[in-house]
Order: sequence, then structure tokens, then C-alpha cells
Amino acid sequence: MTTVGHRPLDGFEDNDQKPIGHGRMLRKEDPRFIRGMGRYCDDVQLPGMLHMAVLRSPVAHARIVSIDTSAAEAHPKVKAVVTGAALAEKGLAWMPTLSGDVQAVLATDKVRFQGQEVAFVVAEDRYAARDALELIDVEYDVLEPVIDVRKALDPAAPVIRDDLEGKQNNHCFDWETGDAEATEAVFASADVVVSEDIVYPRVHPAPMETCGCVADYDRVEGRLTLWSTSQAPHAHRTLYAIVAGLPEHKIRVISPDLGGGFGGKVPIYPGYVCAIVGSIVTGKPVKWMEDRSENLTSTGFARDYIMRGEIAATRDGRILAVRTNVLADHGAFNGVAAPVKYPAGFFGVFTGSYDLQAAYCKMTAVFTNKAPGGVAYACSFRITEAVYLIERIVDCLAYELQMDPIELRIKNFIQPDQFPYRTQTGWVYDSGDYEPTMRKAMEIAGYDELREEQARRRAQGELMGIGVSFFTEAVGAGPRKDMDILGLGMADGCELRVHPTGKAVVRLSVQSQGQGHETTFAQIVAEEIGIPPADIDVVHGDTDQTPFGLGTYGSRSTPVSGAAAALVARKVRDKARLIASGMLEVSVADLEWEKGSFHVKGDPAKCVTIQDIAMRAHGAGDLPEGVEGGLEAQICYNPENLTYPHGAYICVVDIDPGTAQVKVRRFIAVDDCGTRINPMIIEGQVHGGLTDGVGMALMEMIAFDEDGNCLGGSLMDYLIPTSLEVPDWETGFTVTPSPHHPIGAKGVGESATVGSPPAIVNAVLDALKPFGIRHADMPLTPSRVWDAMRGVPRPPI
Amino acid sequence: MQVPAPVEYERATSVDHAIGLLERLGSSARIIAGGHSLLPMMKLRLAGPEYLIDINDLHGELGYIRIEPGRVRIGAMTRHRELLESDELAEAFPIFRDAERVIADPVVRNRGTLGGSLCQADPSEDLSAVCTTLGASCVIRGRDGERVVTMEQFHRGPYETAVGDAEMLVEIRVPVRPGGSSAYEKVERRAGDWAIVSAGAAVWMEGDVIADARVGLAAVGPNTTGIPGVSEAVRGRRPSEELYQRAGDLAARNCRPATDMRGSADYKRHLAEELTKRALRRSVARINERV
Repeated sequence: MTTVGHRPLDGFEDNDQKPIGHGRMLRKEDPRFIRGMGRYCDDVQLPGMLHMAVLRSPVAHARIVSIDTSAAEAHPKVKAVVTGAALAEKGLAWMPTLSGDVQAVLATDKVRFQGQEVAFVVAEDRYAARDALELIDVEYDVLEPVIDVRKALDPAAPVIRDDLEGKQNNHCFDWETGDAEATEAVFASADVVVSEDIVYPRVHPAPMETCGCVADYDRVEGRLTLWSTSQAPHAHRTLYAIVAGLPEHKIRVISPDLGGGFGGKVPIYPGYVCAIVGSIVTGKPVKWMEDRSENLTSTGFARDYIMRGEIAATRDGRILAVRTNVLADHGAFNGVAAPVKYPAGFFGVFTGSYDLQAAYCKMTAVFTNKAPGGVAYACSFRITEAVYLIERIVDCLAYELQMDPIELRIKNFIQPDQFPYRTQTGWVYDSGDYEPTMRKAMEIAGYDELREEQARRRAQGELMGIGVSFFTEAVGAGPRKDMDILGLGMADGCELRVHPTGKAVVRLSVQSQGQGHETTFAQIVAEEIGIPPADIDVVHGDTDQTPFGLGTYGSRSTPVSGAAAALVARKVRDKARLIASGMLEVSVADLEWEKGSFHVKGDPAKCVTIQDIAMRAHGAGDLPEGVEGGLEAQICYNPENLTYPHGAYICVVDIDPGTAQVKVRRFIAVDDCGTRINPMIIEGQVHGGLTDGVGMALMEMIAFDEDGNCLGGSLMDYLIPTSLEVPDWETGFTVTPSPHHPIGAKGVGESATVGSPPAIVNAVLDALKPFGIRHADMPLTPSRVWDAMRGVPRPPI
Repeated sequence: MQVPAPVEYERATSVDHAIGLLERLGSSARIIAGGHSLLPMMKLRLAGPEYLIDINDLHGELGYIRIEPGRVRIGAMTRHRELLESDELAEAFPIFRDAERVIADPVVRNRGTLGGSLCQADPSEDLSAVCTTLGASCVIRGRDGERVVTMEQFHRGPYETAVGDAEMLVEIRVPVRPGGSSAYEKVERRAGDWAIVSAGAAVWMEGDVIADARVGLAAVGPNTTGIPGVSEAVRGRRPSEELYQRAGDLAARNCRPATDMRGSADYKRHLAEELTKRALRRSVARINERV
């Protein structure tokens, strides 16, 4: 079943329809954010709290000859100076990454990227801590860095990871998926083969709030309380227990309000570990907050894939197979945040939304002297790269076949009756109905009229482009049999307790970074048990207060925890039904549920509300035989499959022929994320993701010079878009519910970030068609567009 | 959070007080006006003055736009926002409003000053290009009085000016000639960013011929650059697309751009040409609209 609709642009819909369940409502958390009353990590103030600053390497690759900390230790406000050597004595100089590698907490032997942590200072205030960094004297023996990823595997290249025993090169891992032989056979006999080198440059999540923590170690109780900017507080607690040897029940991780995460707050960074050590050695609470440059230069980057894309098709536009060869830059340590069996994340869905005969991917990942990472920057574990690859290469095919890019896509869509659909790389798409979504986007855009306008403008020498992308995402990891992070299965718990007066509290294992969980999850519960969202408190982000689960990233909150919240509410409703049968003195089978109350079938006047039942559950009267008091339940939800949202995006750009500046004139986004819980929150997520996409397509890139100096270390150098670079977003939707999710919902948080860059790039290339250009890489800055206009598009790396 | 190194701070109560403090404290003292260039540099510890002399209380003395016969005088403490909003200034020199519309963002424009912009001597800075275009002169005051220098003399290289240790920039003077108008064209990677390249133009017409014209470019050399050859090439000629093209070619030939993250040298040279043409075209159009 698919329903189609879109939100009209003119006139505002009522965003506060006060639903008891799903529907538009204002976010419960907004009053405190709007009034400046959010409580972020940096707002945490504890008595006697000290401050930490981290000394970082100024060079990309060097041996540490000596470190002299005596002058810093003599600073009157300094309480501790700790180097890698000191950590090594405690066995804490190295820590595991999320992907089976190790990463230096503080460098002991060598520094391997500019910005790497070398020492830290704990002082009475953050000014003194920062001043004292300048008193630490480090002697470096500078080594040749490996910066050009294409040369990382040269036999003569310096070996970065000589910490790994026997390591003789900079090879990180190889990975493949699909069937090489079958794909080669299809390519060999295809009418048309198109190939293109496609770069997805290194970008950074750049959340408004940088990373940081307050570590408070109680020496008497042996108890650690850690407020930290964490998208996964439970997983972090377990990892701290493993790394630091602290007993898990003595660790409490609190992730307070977060100012954005975008995947950048999934890993454990050395700074967190240093702050914990700082608190242990000083016996005081220690606060560490990164500055902006530290955040951009040292915390997890995203993307950095150099992809060779190939597509095989018939002359009349039937796509047969896709093949890709990827060179992945993983920086100095393999810090990819993805389920462990997926070293390339979910890149395997590069077959896109098309029904193919064969597909194959071969990937080589290497180490370079750059910051580690590979975080899921709003990308659903590398699906951003996968969707960019397929949607760019399909456009290249359309260019060669001289076919309309939408016509080509529709011709090759997986058909509704093929779902569940197993792709050539083994992913089972749960549901989809692609053509109505594409048609909806065309209708909102006025696609045919746009093409006519384009023809008119082209005739006058104007550069107008219309770009399309159609994506299918795979979000909501687990299932736990396939997906784990360091052995922790990707399932999520949920607890629901209804108080005697009928108010409720729901406790989640996932943590909001701004997605509106306090509203969405209250609405999910409200829909199931009929208690208004305003009466349901959502507790999250505190390991002492919430059940275990793997956290928020990869658009997994609604697919996993959303399912848990719905099911736990149904469990409570089932118990409420038993109590209601006692109250109304009828059998359970004679009761009918109408949102918020049970009544006797055929006699609506004989009715008890969920609030009545809650009071009875805690009250003095008798309960039916075998029913315990209280009205609460808990659950751990292990998803059966991922959910596969999809969407159709159309972008219209104008390029100034004289200056090569790209202006995004219109952007139409039709998303299908299954059942829509709060459309306003979905639209907000989509707006944010589209803006992200404009940034990546047109301006964002973490670049390095040949010495390995990061050229994107401030927001003056690493540009993120503003409201002036983006149009009024035009959003629409279709609804194809997930068959296995209890309420049919799919994830949506990352859809727009995944789907928008190819639409924008395709629009720019469409505008540049008169110049005979088929491909140019992001970021499409004016200078790079001008290169393309002259027929010399250059890769950014 | 980035934090600066320890610094001592005093608020000046008059220009003479500020100059007295500068004299006493020597080269380790810096004047702070709007602070939007100096403070970020201090937080990044790229600048480490020992003393800051805050002249924001001198806005009453140095914050003004005075339209006089034959010249406009603008106080060094005049803020971007005041330059943007002044109708009188826009009437005399529309180039100021053009430029202010694309300088940074409202937060910066509320604080940043004309004097601070010029004293930063950033090669990409917009008001420096405006003042270069308009042939402005700079009034520098020291203990022994004032001296007046041209923009070419004022900027001595990137981040370097003619202002001595115990001196401060107090005023900008822009000559006013009849029959003129001006315009500013900037290409940036994102709103509020520094220019990839920008071009200012000022044109004076007598009848249907150009009596004089000036062009100033930002971000294509060590400082903002005037292109004197343009004036010679267009003087006494009727405005035409061919003439703008000749001026654009001259601008492209006579600038010295470098490749960086904002763009390649070739692209910047192309922009110098394109934006020079656009700025001249727009200046002439504005004169014609008035007639």
C-alpha cells in the first residue's frame, strides 16, 4: 500500500495539532532550547572541577625524541601533566577503535597525523591549562608523511603503522562484495559500458557543539561518572569498562543535551580517556571541551573514497550491471564507526534502486598521515558514498545514451511486486514503490516545464541545470545476528512505566542529538496507549536511568528503538486489558480498545480509560487472578531486518556563465520513510540534511597540503552553508510502510544527506552540458566549476 | 573553546589617551576596535599582544560620516552597519553599500569598523578595495599631530600598514567629483566569506564620455590593488562593451593572484577581468539612471 501526498508551499499548516499519537505537534524539547535552558556538557559545573587541555602534534608524521614537561608542571595553576609514556605505564597509551584497530590515546613512539594527541594538562581553569601547553617542549624528528592516498601503497612509501608488529606497508584492509565473474560476463556482452572516476572528498560532521566531557572519579567508591558528548552512552560505558578496567556497574555515562552529532560523536576519542585519567590522578572532576579547530582536525572525518564506477547497459537503456573499485583513505588509524562485519559500512547497497543482473565491488583501504575516522556522518554507514556513486554513474549513462535521466531511472526501478527484493550484493530491501515517489517529485517540480525553460535559456546562452537523484537507504541496524559493534549486538531496550495518575515515563537506550526524540517517542507511545504525549516523559542518555542499547546513528532510532517503544506500549496495553476486564467484569474477549480506553463490545458507555486502569493497577482494589500490581513493561527489540526508505530528489541550479557561481534555485525532496510519526520533525530532518548536501556538493572539504597540514581547521576554511546558500525546500512524501516494523516506520534522519549531493551535482553537470562535460567532482566551488567549463575538470585530491 | 593568552586591557577615553598609552607601552600594545579580526587571531594564538587598548568608547569622537563640499570624511570608528545604512554615503558612493552588503554577517557588521578593516590590511578585505578604488587618503595621528597618506602608501604588504607604534588611524577622506558613480562586485564561496576576487569601480562622466575611472581589486595581490592603466585606457572615451573588455583585460594582466583554497590563480585572473567589466558597467548605468 502506498499513499502519496505533499505539503503545499503556500500557507502554513498547523504545526501543533495536539495529536494523541502520530501527527504534527511542536517539539516538547524546544522551549528549553529556545530559551537557552538546554543543558549541554559544557554547562556541567561541579565543585572543585579542574580543566584539561590537550597538546597536539603540529606535524603529520614524526618520531618523538623527547618531551620536557617541567616548565608546565611548574605553572602555579597546573595540577597534572600527563604524556604518552605515563599512560603506557598504566597500559592506557593505546585503545581499541570501533573497527578492530588500535589508536594512540597519547602518542608514545610517533605522531601520525597533524593534531594527534601528545600530552595533556589539567589546571585550575581552562586558560591556565591552555597556557601551560605552550610550556611543554617536544622534540620531533620529522618523517616523510604519506598524504597522497594514491601513493600510500608504493613500496617506497614510509610505513605509518610500525606500531603493528611486522607491518611493512600502509595497507589497511581489502573488501569485496558481489560476484566478480558474473559481473565481468555481463559487462563483456553489454551494448554500452560507461566508466567514470568519482571522488567523494573528505568532509567533517562539524556539529555546532564540539566534543567534550566532564569526568568525575570517586576514589572512595571507585565510581566514575562521565558526562560526555556521546551518541551511544551504553556502548561507551561497556568500552570504558573494557579499556580502563573499571567495573561496568561503577561507571555511569550521561549524555546530556547534544548540539548535533552527525556520527561524529559515536567513537570514543582520546580526549575522553585523558579526562578520565585526569580525574583519577587528581581526584577532582575534570572538564575537557574541544575547541573548534581541534574538532575539525582531530575527530572523525567522513567519506574520502576514490571510486571508479562502471555501468553496463543495453542501447535502449536497460541497466544490466554495476561495478566499482574503491580506494579508501582511512587516515592514521582505522577508526571507522560501523558494525564490525561491515568494514565498508553498508556501501554494498551501491546497486541503488535498480533491478540489476550483476554487481561487484572491490575496495582497498589504506593508512595515511591524516586524522582517523570514517564516521557515519549522516550517511547511514557509507550509503552516502554508495548512493552518490550509483546516481552519478546512472547520469553518466543517461548522458551517453542521450536519454532523459528520469526516464532512464524509471525504466530500471525495482518493481513493487519484486519486494522483498534481494540485491546482487545480498541486501534484502523490505518494501518500496518507487515510481509514484519519482512521479510525485516530477509533479511538484513541474519537470516538463522545467525542461522547456531550460531549452529556452540554453538558446540564450544561460546555464540552467536540472538534476535528479533517486535513493534507497538501508537503516536501522541490527539485526544482532549480523550486526554488532565490538561484540555488542545492535538491539535496543525500552521501558515504559505508567504512574497511578495515568502519566507515564518511557526510558530509551538511544540518545537524541537534536532529532526530537522527546517528542517522537512520546507520540509513538501515545499512539499505542492513548496517553497524550504531553503526559509522557522521555528519559534518555543516562546509563543509570535507561535500559541497554546501542545508541543513535545510522538513522536507527525509529527503526529500532521506535519499534521497541511501540511494542513495550502494546505490552502495557495488554496488561491494561486484563485489568479492564476485571474493572468492567467482562471477559477480555468482550473488550474493545479505542485509543485511550477499553469498552464493552456493543456498549460504549461501559468504559474505563487508561488513566482509570493505571489508578486501579496501583490502587487498593483487587486485580484479576494472576495479575501483578503496577502498569509497566520492558522489552529489548532485535530488528528482523533493516528498513529501506527511499526518495526522489530534483534540484534546479543556475550557473553564472561569467563567474561560474552555482545558485541552487529550487530543490524538491519527496521522501518515503514509511509511516510518518511527526511530519513536522521529518520535514525538519529533511531540511537539515538537504542543507548538509548543499555544503558537501558545493563547498565542504577537509583538504591537506603536501606536508599533511590540515587546510580545513576553522570554519573560515571549512565552509558550511548558511540560509543564504539554500532555497526554500519543497518537500513531499509517499508512504510505503515497512512490513516488519511494528508501526511500519523507516528511518529518515540521514535520507536527505544521502540523497541530495548527487541531485545537486547532477544539476550542475546538466547545466554544463553545452560544454561537453560529463563529470566533475565535489566540492563544486566557483573555481572548480570554471575549470569544468573550460573542459579541464580536476579531481579535488 | 579557544582561549587567548594573558593580556592586559585598558579602555581609552580619548584619542590622545590612546596615543599616550601606545607611546608608553610600545610595540607590544595593540588597539582593539570591533575586534573581529584581532580576537580570533588571539584565540588561535596567532597574535599575542601584551596590552589591548580598547577604543570603542571613542565611537563618539571617531564614528561619523561627514559629506562636505569636495570630500567625504569618515571616522575610523564608523561601524560597518553605519556605512551600510547611510543614505547620504550611498548617494555619494554607492560602492560602500554594495560592499557592505557582502561583508561578513550582521554580527560582524554591528561591531567591525572602517579603521579596523583598513588596519588589518588583509589582501582580501573589501573596504580596502573600496578605498583603493575611490582614491581615498588616510589620516594617521600621533603625538606630534596628523599626517595624511594615500591608500598605496598606507598598505605596505599583507597585514602591514604605515601606522607607526605610537600612532593610530583616525579618519578616511574620499574626494568627491561631480558626475560620478561607483559599484562593487564580489565573488565568494559562501555568504560572508572573504572574496575569491572582488572589483570596485568608480566612473566620472562628462556628457557622454568618461572623464575618469578607477578600478580597485581585492584578493589578487599582497594588498588591494588599484589598476592605474584602466584610468588611462578609458579616459575621454564613450562607455562601450569593448571598452569594458579592454579594462577587464588590463585588470587581469596587471594583478598577481595566487592559487589557494579559494580558487586557482587562473580563475582569479578571469574574475579580475569579469568583475572589472561588471563594476564599470554598473557604475556607468548608475550615472545614466541619474541623468
